[in-house]
Amino acid sequence: MKIHEYQAKEILRAHGVATPRGVACFSVDEAVAAARELGGDTWVVKAQIHAGGRGKGGGVKVAKSVDEVREHAARILGMTLVTAQTGPAGREVKRLLVEEGVAIARELYLGIVTDRRGQRVTVMASSEGGTEIEEVAAQAPEKIHRATVPPAGGLAEGEAAALAEKIGVPKNSQGDAVQFLTALLRAYEETDASLVEINPLVLTAGGKLVALDAKMTFDDNALFRQDGIRALRDLDEEDPAEIEASKFGLSYISLDGNIGCLVNGAGLAMATMDIIKLYGGAPANFLDVGGGATAGQVSAGFRIMLKNPSLKAILVNIFAGIMRCDVIAEGMVTAARETGLSLPLVVRLAGTNVEQGREIIKASGLSIIAADTMADAAEKITAAAA
Amino acid sequence: MSILINRETRVVTQGITGKTGAFHTKNCLDYAAGRECFVAGVTPGKGGESVYDVPVFNTVAEARDATGANASVIYVPPPFAAGAIDEAVDAGMEVVVCITEGVPVRDMVRTRERMRGRGTVLVGPNCPGVITPGEIKIGIMPGYIHRPGPIGVVSRSGTLTYEVVAQLSELGLGQSTCVGTGGDPVNGVKHLDVVCMFNDDPATEGVVLCGEIGGSDEEDCARWIAENMKKPVVGFIAGLTAPPGKRMGHAGAIISGGKGTAEEKIAVLEECGVKVARNPADIGKLMKATLG
Repeated sequence: MKIHEYQAKEILRAHGVATPRGVACFSVDEAVAAARELGGDTWVVKAQIHAGGRGKGGGVKVAKSVDEVREHAARILGMTLVTAQTGPAGREVKRLLVEEGVAIARELYLGIVTDRRGQRVTVMASSEGGTEIEEVAAQAPEKIHRATVPPAGGLAEGEAAALAEKIGVPKNSQGDAVQFLTALLRAYEETDASLVEINPLVLTAGGKLVALDAKMTFDDNALFRQDGIRALRDLDEEDPAEIEASKFGLSYISLDGNIGCLVNGAGLAMATMDIIKLYGGAPANFLDVGGGATAGQVSAGFRIMLKNPSLKAILVNIFAGIMRCDVIAEGMVTAARETGLSLPLVVRLAGTNVEQGREIIKASGLSIIAADTMADAAEKITAAAA
Repeated sequence: MSILINRETRVVTQGITGKTGAFHTKNCLDYAAGRECFVAGVTPGKGGESVYDVPVFNTVAEARDATGANASVIYVPPPFAAGAIDEAVDAGMEVVVCITEGVPVRDMVRTRERMRGRGTVLVGPNCPGVITPGEIKIGIMPGYIHRPGPIGVVSRSGTLTYEVVAQLSELGLGQSTCVGTGGDPVNGVKHLDVVCMFNDDPATEGVVLCGEIGGSDEEDCARWIAENMKKPVVGFIAGLTAPPGKRMGHAGAIISGGKGTAEEKIAVLEECGVKVARNPADIGKLMKATLG
């Protein structure tokens, strides 16, 4: 799960990580009031969306007066921000973060992830802050330094200090850096985060380390025990079809094509999308109804797919292991009737009770195109959608 | 011969009194030598009961002492799954198969750390399990699509593995053992560990390796294959059409920071001498053609 920058900073502050003072705002008036409350003579007005690259897209502006805060807030709120991560459609800005300005001496990078290969939490640090870390990794990999965090006991103070030294934190600020990193790691652990990225991590003119930006994502599997994090979910930032699907325990992702896919199991769902592409078609979505889908879930999956106006045909590919083809077939026939399905529907069933499943489809009188194998299904669905 | 499990394996089901645990234990009991293999169940507080005539114990250690169990399969809910793995490891189980989906990553980091230096082999979590056709099935896969034979299968996903197995069986290629390693980022055996075992298994003549986007398990395995593998390997990578930054069902199946794409994995596999099927419908045929 993703959250906004201002929410991440609130979490980090609560764990003792230094951030600029700031206020989340939902209107221009709130932004002006926030600037007055913060005081000082420089503010930063930042668009709050769940995508990076906001600065380049015009979503981050420095203001030198309260009037400028008002101008920037008025321009950014409600704008459709297009960044490298939003895709061409962009994202409407509904929230702002107004922050005090910080006197920047240097921009650094700090990231924490759980490394799959090492199966441990890993800290990544670099002297090259403010740019995409992927770019640094590609162009100057020697400038990214890593430290593995032992699950028991955490990162040793000496190791944290050595990391700070490597990225150019001056001697007299290294104590501050150790404290910063320790607090950041504690926040990562306690919130079941899957990523924390501070880019840039700023060394101020006064020699303090401050999280100028903050990105946090969380392990979906751990949300059941993170009530505080769960409450930060912003549905405005998510695809309505994906939200609807998650209510039924389905995993759905919208894509650009016109062939709807309903498949059981993530690996088979991806393979089904791939084979459609291989046969010249384009998948409209990824939809995994799970290994043990019920008739109700299949029918919900149909309703969600059918909301997509570009849909031209639907392919169902089910390899029934735990579940039974006859149950799936019932669900499909019900869904097709309920929704008055007029699009071509290609169905490939395999596994438990496949014969009964095929019988149900045949007996339904619906014009369903049956396929025997994945290749057969791919051929028939691309023809139907062409 | 086979890898990991065979008809001599004695299994305890953790979470046997739950709906899922009971249902799949029944299917496993009914498969091949299942009646001899599945000797015990564990649910804390339900010791003394029985499920399909399988005696239930309060702890894995008690089940081991009473029945000689040397492997466990876990169906307990996600908040308690990592604890269940710890218990099985502490009881000295040689193989632990964790079926549970949705285990928090932080729990798995701790559990994997605890397992360092111990003899237990963990498969999963979030996996379909392991089957040695004609002998024993530990997990949720449909037993009847499998045939005993010379092909080892290793995969991160469930139903895609069934698709591959069905293709192989249809072509007369049975399987020595099929291992589903699971779709989570921090887990037990990886492709590499399983392929090493297949390389050493006299009954395995060829290996099908199914991967997907995310992480670098497939690449790590491919590099080892290039240097060490004595048997032909056929591969498939799912997710050529997956967009970056989106989790494709499995927690581990995500392209992030431009890494873990299907193209990249396919390129590395092919460089390392693995024959990769572009069409998922052709995986079985490619294996057959490769064996000659």
